[in-house]
Amino acid sequence: MLSFLIRRILQTIPTVLAVVLLVFVLFSVVPGSIVSTMSDDSDPQVELRMKKQLGLDQPVYMRFGVYVARLATGDLGASFRTREPVTTMIAKRAWPTLQLIFASMAFAVLLGVPLGFIAALRPGSLVDTVSMVLAVSGLSLAKFWLGLLLMYLFALRLGWLPSFGYGDGSLKYLILPAVTLGVSPMALLARTTRAAVLEIMTADFVRTARSKGMSETRVVKWHVMRNALVLILTTMGLQFGALMGQAVVVEKLFSWPGIGSLLVDSVLQRGIPAVQGSILVVVLFFLAINLLIDVLYGVIDPRIRYA
Amino acid sequence: MFRTIAIVAGLGLALTATAEAQTPRKGGTIRMTAPYGSSFTSLDIHTTQRAQDEIYAKALHRSLYIWNSAEGKPVLELAKEDVVSGGGLVHTFKLRDDAYFHNGRKMTADDVVWSYNRIMDGTKAYPGARYVRVIEGAAAVEKGQAKEISGLKKIDDFTIEMKLTEKVDPGFYFFTALTSIYPADEAAKESFIQKPIGLGPFKFVEHVPGSRIVLERWDRFYKPGKPYADKVIVSIMAEAAARDVAFRNKEIDTSVLGPAQYVAYQSDAALKGTIVEVAEVFTRYMGMNPSFKPFADKRVRQAINYAIDTDLIINKLVKGKAYRATSWLPLTSPAYDKAMKPYPYDPAKAKQLLSEAGYPNGFEFEWTTSQNESWGLPIVTAVIPMLDKVGIKAKVKQVETAVLAEVVRTGDYQAFIYSQQSGPDPLAALKCFHSSTPQPACNYMNYKNADFDKIIDEAGQVDDPAKRTQLLQKANALLDDEAPVWFFNYNKAVMAVQPWLKGVQLNATELTHQNVEDLWVDETSPAK
Repeated sequence: MLSFLIRRILQTIPTVLAVVLLVFVLFSVVPGSIVSTMSDDSDPQVELRMKKQLGLDQPVYMRFGVYVARLATGDLGASFRTREPVTTMIAKRAWPTLQLIFASMAFAVLLGVPLGFIAALRPGSLVDTVSMVLAVSGLSLAKFWLGLLLMYLFALRLGWLPSFGYGDGSLKYLILPAVTLGVSPMALLARTTRAAVLEIMTADFVRTARSKGMSETRVVKWHVMRNALVLILTTMGLQFGALMGQAVVVEKLFSWPGIGSLLVDSVLQRGIPAVQGSILVVVLFFLAINLLIDVLYGVIDPRIRYA
Repeated sequence: MFRTIAIVAGLGLALTATAEAQTPRKGGTIRMTAPYGSSFTSLDIHTTQRAQDEIYAKALHRSLYIWNSAEGKPVLELAKEDVVSGGGLVHTFKLRDDAYFHNGRKMTADDVVWSYNRIMDGTKAYPGARYVRVIEGAAAVEKGQAKEISGLKKIDDFTIEMKLTEKVDPGFYFFTALTSIYPADEAAKESFIQKPIGLGPFKFVEHVPGSRIVLERWDRFYKPGKPYADKVIVSIMAEAAARDVAFRNKEIDTSVLGPAQYVAYQSDAALKGTIVEVAEVFTRYMGMNPSFKPFADKRVRQAINYAIDTDLIINKLVKGKAYRATSWLPLTSPAYDKAMKPYPYDPAKAKQLLSEAGYPNGFEFEWTTSQNESWGLPIVTAVIPMLDKVGIKAKVKQVETAVLAEVVRTGDYQAFIYSQQSGPDPLAALKCFHSSTPQPACNYMNYKNADFDKIIDEAGQVDDPAKRTQLLQKANALLDDEAPVWFFNYNKAVMAVQPWLKGVQLNATELTHQNVEDLWVDETSPAK
């Protein structure tokens, strides 16, 4: 298991380096500068002095070298505008983002997986049809529209929940953004689970188990569910990455203090260190989740550890 | 006097009038919104010129002057007295001796000197430098040629002497939060950006990045009995639809309205009375590059002004949330000439002018635009068929706002559409068209006209305000005839205000920038 883990961690290094290089080069050539976003009326000499102080007068390859060297020590740089360390900026927003992502995924798993199972166990039934209509709708709904709809219903009409904000970080503020973000992965998980369970239900080993007289409950619990979990986990892993990206819309809509809004505003304000840092954190999170999923594969199916 | 042509719609007027008659209530929470982005850029207000950030800064910080919306001009704030000498160039300010920073220390002249020197640090490109540059010797500090501003001297703990480079009203230069006075000792510390300290009526409590800033009453604020409220919460709400729900749900006290919501609120009996509107000092226009041959000819530029049905666009596309522009200076400018008429929609006249200029079959140009709904792509898209009608073809080049800002400063365009501050100081606004003003400063069309320069120079020298206004009106009229831009509109800022929030000021420089100490909430506010 340890060698498996080490191998997987080593495999992530080229990915991280590629992302670091890509983001760095991209934001070195993109038009617009921090000076033009700071002032409509800056002296060209000031612009030069500022660029010199920030090291932006150096060639791209030299800047990249300095950046990577700092990165190796855990230094993500500092804001061009305020000189605030990027790690501090991200740290302030990391917890709300994690709250939102994990709550959305919890909603998606707790609703989507059982829904998929129930639909697969009664294919063609009313439950199956309704579940899949819900799943397709969930996948098709635009998050922005859904969020507004939920706000309208649960805040304005019913008065059960606040329509926006982080408040004291309590559950009542989290519910609407998490549900808005979680509906799409919930729908995808429901469909994936249904497809996986339907396929496994017709597999030879399931037929064998049934022919041995095993009860349907035991068949589903010990054979179907365990085997379907691999596909469900794969979907979950991929959805974590997608959620990080989609969270931007939800954070903005609900005034939720996450990394997504930091990323968007930093791009618009040409706060390049914050952009680079935010993307790197998102990528690392995605890789960490997928590493965890890989480890869980091994727990569910020991053959995968040695693959 | 600076005229504030502010229009308060429907019940809004009645509410304001009633508020003035009522005794302000102490206590309660004011819940404002910051609608211009998904974050505050920084808690160091010297580093950011975004309107978004000044919303909270008005509660936290104070400058030498403050904008008085009722009078429509800047008035002394941290200074009690301004004695002018040296032919109008030397200002001796007597500072308040009762202004305390939120750490309990009294403000002195050292803090003013330190703050202005900080703003001129040329390695940081602080946006407030454009204002402090008016002090003699400030530009040298910015360029690294001097360590301290030579024209700024501490006379004693509560007196400073400021020598200006030109005869201007310093109020227009030192009233925004960009020139806030910081505590010299505290602001130099790294912790300042996490927990800013100011001289404003409210002190910092909490910042949840991307969500809100919370401030609470500063008991040692220098204005007796103020502020009224115990607490101010500024929530970041970039999405108009989300603000709408929150406003209707009584979770926020103010909400800036876009064109679509403006129409919806006007037609809703329950919300109509909450609307407050003011003509802001921003002019929207299409700038034309004179180095692009057709635009070098005044007749072509005039033809464009005739070819566009501006009123139609304002009424149908902007939903009436703008005022038709007649030349550069906005409605709220003291030098605005209400006798002036805008270019009428006259395609035949446009065609005639194009023929006279040697373009009987029109020409083609590239039009750089952002996606902004009020002065960007939707407007360009509506104008293109109108220009096409007179033979002018426009190709759209779409860029993001940060890129557009760079494009206009570098002159890398044939035409662009933009929104530019055109007040409150009419002299400063028109100086943008003076040939000595560099393109990156604000002369984005690189406009040069000797007659215009002469009028502006003369206006800068005269002491008689009436004469100055007359000269500025003349310059504005000349600009209208020269048409370096398509004069589109002046922004009409619209905000919905809950009936329990009183004392809202019709601030023509930016409606969301409220002097928070004058706001109060009555007992019907649902906020604790």
